[in-house]
Amino acid sequence: MSRVAPLLDLVTLWPLPSTFLSYMIGLALKMLFGDTAKYLMLVAGLFFATFLIVQQASVFCGLMRWTTATLKNVAAPIYVVEERVDQVNETNPMRDTDVARIRSISAVRWAMPLYSGIQRVRLGDGSFKTVQLIGIDAASLAGAPGRMIEGNLEDLRLPNTVVIDELATERLSSNPKDPSTKIKIGDQFEINDVEARVVGICQAMRSFTGGPYIWTTYERALSYTPSSRKMLSAVIAAPIAGMTPDQAAAQIERETGLRAYVNQDFGANPRDIATPKGNKYGDFNTSTVWWYVKNTGIPISFGTTVVIGFIVGIAIACQTFYAFVLDNLKHLGALKAMGMSNFRLSIMLIVQAVTVGLIGFGLGLLATAGFANGAIANGQPPFYMPWQIPVAAFFAIQLICMLAALMGIIRLSLYEPAMVFRA
Amino acid sequence: MPDSSSSSDIVIDARAVEKSFGDGSDRIHVLKKVNFQARTGEITMLVGPSGCGKTTLLSAIAGTMRIDAGDISVFGSDLVKMSGGALTRFRAKKIGFIFQQFNLIPTLTVAENVGVPLLIQGVSASKALKRSREILEQVGLGTRWKDRPNKLSGGQQQRVAIARALVHQPPLVICDEPTAALDAQNGEIVMDLFRQVARSPDRAVIIVTHDNRIFSYADRIARMDDGEIVEVKEQATDSAPEFQHEHALE
Repeated sequence: MSRVAPLLDLVTLWPLPSTFLSYMIGLALKMLFGDTAKYLMLVAGLFFATFLIVQQASVFCGLMRWTTATLKNVAAPIYVVEERVDQVNETNPMRDTDVARIRSISAVRWAMPLYSGIQRVRLGDGSFKTVQLIGIDAASLAGAPGRMIEGNLEDLRLPNTVVIDELATERLSSNPKDPSTKIKIGDQFEINDVEARVVGICQAMRSFTGGPYIWTTYERALSYTPSSRKMLSAVIAAPIAGMTPDQAAAQIERETGLRAYVNQDFGANPRDIATPKGNKYGDFNTSTVWWYVKNTGIPISFGTTVVIGFIVGIAIACQTFYAFVLDNLKHLGALKAMGMSNFRLSIMLIVQAVTVGLIGFGLGLLATAGFANGAIANGQPPFYMPWQIPVAAFFAIQLICMLAALMGIIRLSLYEPAMVFRA
Repeated sequence: MPDSSSSSDIVIDARAVEKSFGDGSDRIHVLKKVNFQARTGEITMLVGPSGCGKTTLLSAIAGTMRIDAGDISVFGSDLVKMSGGALTRFRAKKIGFIFQQFNLIPTLTVAENVGVPLLIQGVSASKALKRSREILEQVGLGTRWKDRPNKLSGGQQQRVAIARALVHQPPLVICDEPTAALDAQNGEIVMDLFRQVARSPDRAVIIVTHDNRIFSYADRIARMDDGEIVEVKEQATDSAPEFQHEHALE
């Protein structure tokens, strides 16, 4: 019975009258806003925590997204690579005959060779810049950029021609800060001493290495590249009608022993041929991102900052909120003596904590949006904020607030109402 | 402990109340089998030197502290047997509190502060504020209802605290050192108010004090020393009592 009694007490205090509830919220907020210094301190702490968590997580996601830029820029439902390749930026060369082997598979509608590698461009002033060179099949132009801004993609079939992305127009200019010197259609530069003439400018996602993308035909890409025995980077392919990329990839692996990945991002590009969504079979995007997560210090670096943001939030919010409760203890104690239950006082503290949490989170998110605006305008640092990040940050901030409120609630519940008589 | 009065109008009856703090050799017996009664229509003062246990006894009667042994009956309710929740509700309905440091919430207006006990009971904010303003008129602060407590003098703040203690018309008013933070003039105003409050036939007022300037306002004085009530003195207050402006020794 002794265990049940407190529960019964709680039950008898419920439901709260609506007038009481609105009064409680009003009283709680008046007490909160009345202590301007602590209120601002709490909001500032939660603001910084939100900003650190959301901004760092978004930059991390942006960076991870950059690692799969080739998969978005070179659209194909299936990527076939050498069997030990785990990520798209790693190229273990394959034999040219592998293209024919893949084409021979009944599940494959088409298969085209792809060259992908980092090369150096010599500019007019003699300086060098690294670029991501993509060589695609000249006949089909499979793997060509999705959105042309200027020029004609078919001109890529003309001798010594390339299509460059928007970033290249600045990066490859003699003075990137001067818009008048931007690379335009008809301009020329050299890739490994071989002439390259710009016939088109396209839109493309920035690469992980930061270098611009340059498209040319597969054969010409090989001529731009120092010769070696095997030069085929990958084979891009599509499944026959009625077959999913998963099924086709599985069949390619089975029959060739090569590694076949599906490209889940395929379909986002207007030039892409629609394929069924929901592929699960060895997605190259996921595989690439996981490779970077497992093999680089990037997640630890960003993760540490996110954790620090969380800890800073906890430290500031809990310490300040506890001090706020201590400062108001004699008032809260008086309310307790006058007949306000611990349960109702706890609601007041929770209302206060949630309020500063919402305000701090809102301001933090606003500041992150400002940062994102600048990042997107400049093209760097990478920034990508999927909806899961603000949602997770919201719950993280509310968790911090609940911890802060809990500390106050514990302190208040231990405070005997009789203490209010001891001035 | 002597008690010469009849028990017909006794509304607070504490019997053999014991309370200790600490453990083992550090254990201090603050209340030692204390018997105490208070009646309606009267001001009962608990007096004595600091540390004699008067605030502890007041806390026990107010239901803000559990006792180790004994019985406490307040307006027929046995406080010892009540659960925590029942005690909380009992305090909300039956007791008005006046604290030494007023304990007004600085971010609320005077009227909002006064309305707190009504709002705790679920009265609507508009009704609570209306009632608050009425009672503020009675304590002479009708024009100050919008002010924050820090805009008022100590005496005015204590009058607000009195209004808060009375707004829900509790049968028992508990006062802890109500004049300790007040000068003589404000102390007199406050005690005159208490006098009016205590004259209600349905209300008892208990004041803990060691301010001997106000002893003349008491109908009954219970003197405590070392955890015991050593003397209960009844005194006639039919004529208007006087605030003692000189500080006599306890």
